[in-house]
Amino acid sequence: MKLWNNYHTPHSIDEALTLLNQYQGKARVVAGGTDLMVELREGHRPVQDALIDITMIPELTTLAPTDDEIYIGAGVTHTQLVKSPLLAALATCLVESCGVVGGPQVRNVGTLGGNVAHALPAGDGTTSLVALDAQADIVMDGQRRVVPILEMYRGPGQSLIDSTHDLIIGFRFALCAEREATAFKRIMRPQGVALPILGCATWVRLNPAKTHFEATRLSIAPIGPTPARATEVEAVLTGQPANDATIESAIDTAVKILKPRTSKYRATGEYRREMIAVLLRRTLQLAVQRAQTGQAVPEGIGIE
Amino acid sequence: MSELKITVNGQAHLLNVPESRTLAQVLRYDLGLTGTKIGCEEAECGICTVLINGLPVNSCIFPAFKAQGHDIQTVEGLAHEDELHPVQHNFIDHGAVQCGFCTPGLMMTATALLNENPDPDDHAIKVALKDTYCRCTGYSSVIAAIKSAASEMRGEGPLSVNEPEVSEPMHAISRSMPPQYIREKVTGAAKYTDDYTFDNMLFARTLRSVYPHARLLRISTERAKALPGVVAVLTHADVPGENLHGLVYRDWPVLCHDVVRYTGDAIAIVAAETEDIAAEALNLIEVEYEPLPVVPNPKFAHSPEAPVLHPNHPTGNLLKHIKVRHGDIEQGFAQADYIVEREYHTPTTEHAFLEPECAIGIPAGVAGHQKLTILVGSQIPYQDRNQIALAMGLPEEKVRVIGTLIGGGFGGKEDIAGQIHVAMLAQATGRPVKMLYTRQESLIVHPKRHATIIRMKTGATKDGKLVAVEAELYGDGGAYASLSDKVMTRATTHATGPYVVPNAKIDCYAMYTNNPPSGAFRGFGVTQSAFAVESSMDILAEMIGIDPIEFRRINAQRVGTTTATGQLLRESVGLLETLDRVQNDMVSPRSDFQWAWRDGHKAYAWGLACAYKNTGLGGGAPDKAEAEVEAFEDGTVEVRVAAADMGQGLAHVVAQCTAEELKLPYDRVRVLLCDTDLTPNGGPTTASRQTFVSGNAARVTSSLLREALTRSAAEFLDVPPESLYYEEGLLRHNGKSVELGSLVGWMKANGLSSKVRHEYHAPATQPLGTGGDMHFAFSYATQAALVEVDMETGAVKVLKIVAGTDIGRAINPLMLQGQVEGGIIMALGNCLTESYIVENGVPWTNLLSRYKMPSIKHTPEIISHLIEDRASTGPYGAKGVGEICSINTSPAICNAIYHATGVRIFSLPVDQDALLRAIRAGQTEVYTAWHDVR
Ligand SMILES: Cc1cc2nc3c(=O)[nH]c(=O)nc-3n(C[C@H](O)[C@H](O)[C@H](O)COP(=O)(O)OP(=O)(O)OC[C@H]3O[C@@H](n4cnc5c(N)ncnc54)[C@H](O)[C@@H]3O)c2cc1C
Ligand code: FES
Ligand code: FES
Repeated sequence: MKLWNNYHTPHSIDEALTLLNQYQGKARVVAGGTDLMVELREGHRPVQDALIDITMIPELTTLAPTDDEIYIGAGVTHTQLVKSPLLAALATCLVESCGVVGGPQVRNVGTLGGNVAHALPAGDGTTSLVALDAQADIVMDGQRRVVPILEMYRGPGQSLIDSTHDLIIGFRFALCAEREATAFKRIMRPQGVALPILGCATWVRLNPAKTHFEATRLSIAPIGPTPARATEVEAVLTGQPANDATIESAIDTAVKILKPRTSKYRATGEYRREMIAVLLRRTLQLAVQRAQTGQAVPEGIGIE
Repeated sequence: MSELKITVNGQAHLLNVPESRTLAQVLRYDLGLTGTKIGCEEAECGICTVLINGLPVNSCIFPAFKAQGHDIQTVEGLAHEDELHPVQHNFIDHGAVQCGFCTPGLMMTATALLNENPDPDDHAIKVALKDTYCRCTGYSSVIAAIKSAASEMRGEGPLSVNEPEVSEPMHAISRSMPPQYIREKVTGAAKYTDDYTFDNMLFARTLRSVYPHARLLRISTERAKALPGVVAVLTHADVPGENLHGLVYRDWPVLCHDVVRYTGDAIAIVAAETEDIAAEALNLIEVEYEPLPVVPNPKFAHSPEAPVLHPNHPTGNLLKHIKVRHGDIEQGFAQADYIVEREYHTPTTEHAFLEPECAIGIPAGVAGHQKLTILVGSQIPYQDRNQIALAMGLPEEKVRVIGTLIGGGFGGKEDIAGQIHVAMLAQATGRPVKMLYTRQESLIVHPKRHATIIRMKTGATKDGKLVAVEAELYGDGGAYASLSDKVMTRATTHATGPYVVPNAKIDCYAMYTNNPPSGAFRGFGVTQSAFAVESSMDILAEMIGIDPIEFRRINAQRVGTTTATGQLLRESVGLLETLDRVQNDMVSPRSDFQWAWRDGHKAYAWGLACAYKNTGLGGGAPDKAEAEVEAFEDGTVEVRVAAADMGQGLAHVVAQCTAEELKLPYDRVRVLLCDTDLTPNGGPTTASRQTFVSGNAARVTSSLLREALTRSAAEFLDVPPESLYYEEGLLRHNGKSVELGSLVGWMKANGLSSKVRHEYHAPATQPLGTGGDMHFAFSYATQAALVEVDMETGAVKVLKIVAGTDIGRAINPLMLQGQVEGGIIMALGNCLTESYIVENGVPWTNLLSRYKMPSIKHTPEIISHLIEDRASTGPYGAKGVGEICSINTSPAICNAIYHATGVRIFSLPVDQDALLRAIRAGQTEVYTAWHDVR
């Protein structure tokens, strides 16, 4: 069945915006299409007048370190991210999360920008971008803007931007420095839709002696309708010894204050609460170990 | 229309196609490269995989214009001229191809892997193929094939094939001959129904009910008919003959006229110039409904409040009450020292064969077709013809059904799908009409595996003897009867398990509901009752304090046992040997055998279960098959049967029987399957019957041909017929010999026929309740599962399955191994991943992304032993294999989970969420499953 009428492949941001303008809301941005095509097929979106493919726009397809930051174009695929040695070492959680999206066929075309624009509260790429405290470069209502990643989400499946006339250009965040490290893990079930029961990305910075947590960022999803940081739990860790006892007290706080929901055919709230403990324990221990050794090898790529 | 420039398999193409095309559509429909298959169009199954600049992508969701200027590789580009790519011939050599529908996708994904990684280990292969599904093979052979191809491509030569051990191999029997059409399947040349096109062909779609139960007040097709490009819109009023079909009871409307009973019910059909127009026309058909109360489950269906769904059925919603009575149940329980009684739930499950249903109707008069002809990948061509003829108001001889290759069936292609609809549309339009179901439509329409609720009470003495089984089964038959009667009968008669049970009282209620119909699915009801039986066996063993294997051994059926249906087992009861072989493998690697152990937060344990399954229709149904065998002057022989090969390998079984009887080289035997004009009736491909029945038909008919040939040769050579023997295509008599081909030439010249047709009748059986032999043979199996449970998350992983399967004789050992491995993985899905969810009559599982079947990542190590306890009436001693391997895996896994965690699962599929909560709460029993998480 026909799902769209015209297909355009602009080579610049301006050209893409002009096309979107011309179609006046009846065209939509497509990147890898791994979410969009399926939505169209299911009839969740009407037949589109046009698809505007952004994967031939140079700015959206570069992956480039700039000083101590990295810039990742929105059209960079999961496969490209996973294959980057720089990201594997210094943004390990992102590689770990993009490495479990779908199978190779999906990762070869699916993009980080698509993952964020799709705006699921527990998109795997999203969960790690939150822990990395990323910024998104976007064009919204014709204006270039830089927004913190958490501001990209307005509700489940609802992005800040409207993909019929806005664009995500790319993401930027600081790579891990000395004493810093990240980790991502998720819990899946073998039945039903391939969305995580729970995903968790952690970023830690240890003190110079590498004995204590100096700062942390914890991203656990889905908890609410949009991604969020577990800041109260981060507070429990700050300044404390980087050991199991501290991690357990952070877990105690997390299971007390975080209120995951029961979602149909996915998980009970009670199970999710148990998994908060498991994932925090596993990712924090791993991140601490990585920060202490200065070595990070991504785990679970392809099959967790 | 716009210009699309792509290079496909090295050849540049400049096409003028609509921008709305997907790459899969361009390849299949614009370039005619039909090797690339479409299974879901959801980026789920991966069988549409092609390589773009070397990277595997799902071509079904890949916009064609995204490929502008790129280099595309498809399965058609793998071979160079006549030389197969190492991946292709290793897929053949290692038995990694069954129905072949997934094969192009698997091979393309594998090729991409090998280009990047010349020496992949199991893990790398699983990562690469994780989302490329195969429903037939169980993946073990796929992994072996890829490793072997890699070795060959590294210049180290192919790896040896994991050939199962068998006894007494013959000339062609018990040898791993390559399956038929295998080369076509690995090159992409194999044609499944949707791969055929005809000049002037129309495309058809079906309008289905939006309610699970409603009265139809008005159907108006005027607006749809007016849409340009629409050629016909038909409703119930246009059904020329009887507006009903059905395999056992004729209760299923071809097109509904007064009431709809499930959301798959067909109301109108459209034929149009293009698929898009046909789909658009559906939106223009107006239907007015009056929704009626829904019967959502079998227990409610049995209650007095439930509306009666089929007023003409004499027992109301009770489709069938099936009873087994044996001994004296009260006395039995009076002897019991231990009694266990529990309730078990099994879900509705979906075959998810990778090829969605497709049928093509060609009207009489279209070039080359003298009669109304239907092309379809069906499991039952002759019944199809019968049902089409009745609905069309035509005599059967006016209808021809040609079976195409089938991309998997597993029981799900026995009922009528689009066959009658395309016949009607072809007749009405005078043009060929193709109806291809989308995956989403397939999920909603065709019959499923019965969901069951089984209450089972089992008693045993303290020395471990079973004394009584009392059980009540409820089966959700869905909206129409399909094969419910037969399936639930099998569930009932097998509800004592493969054991000696002196007293039994079993009642089964197959109920009509407003859910999708239930019908045949590999295991045929026995999968469900075995879950209850084998779980009860383990619970009882623990109560008695006896080893679960010993407990089974004490009670195992053996020669001389009388079953609960009153059948005396006279031979071929290989159960004990399957137990011995499996136990041996569990114990031997570790002399300090333990059922369970812990390592950190991982718990490990073994679990075991047994099973038996009838071969053949049984229950008094005349079970027969006809075959025709003809020898030709070029020295080849053709064997013809109308039995389906849906990947399970019936074609090579009949070819091997013929090669054996004529002592011919196997490659001189051709097989023609499933053409009601050219092949005699082989009956349904169901009940694991075809090896036995059509195998025997081919064997006996070939031996009759041999006798005819011998007589002629004796005359030709002028020697006594007794002294002639067959060898490699020759008939010999000391020193003298004649080539088969020359002999046929001589026969023809002398007015003798070199063609024999014969109908084989299987040994007679008796109906249930008469106490005689219900079945002519049973296959037996034992399986042990080694599982790992993450005690922190509840996640269950199956690490190893050891299987012993008594199949009488392994006619083709390698392909049989593939049946066993595939059956085990399918059953693993039944236990861990699969559940088809219906919410008050409305399927929630309307997308493949909502139905997970096992992927290669789930594949455990499988150790399979074939046990050959000959069945004297089977072909060379063989009995059925298709189903026996897919029955006891679930209880074996659940028994292992219990040993690992102390928690017993009573509802499938296993829910890690509920399992973990039970572990945490110290509860020992779980009665909910994934679909109960709300
Ligand atoms: C089989 C399968 C398994 C999957 N498994 C996972 C999983 O495990 N975890 C997970 O998180 N996801 C998963 N997904 C979802 C999906 O693959 C990812 O979310 C992917 O990152 C989406 O990227 P895409 O480029 O394909 O997006 P598209 O489908 O192209 O686009 C998605 C949405 O974003 C918009 N969009 C895309 N790019 C831009 C842009 N630059 N600017 C503005 N709008 C844009 C589109 O208009 C559309 O609405 C899976 C999908 C499939 C089919
Ligand atoms: S993934 Fe393309 S057809 Fe299934
Ligand atoms: S051989 Fe793989 S699906 Fe049939």
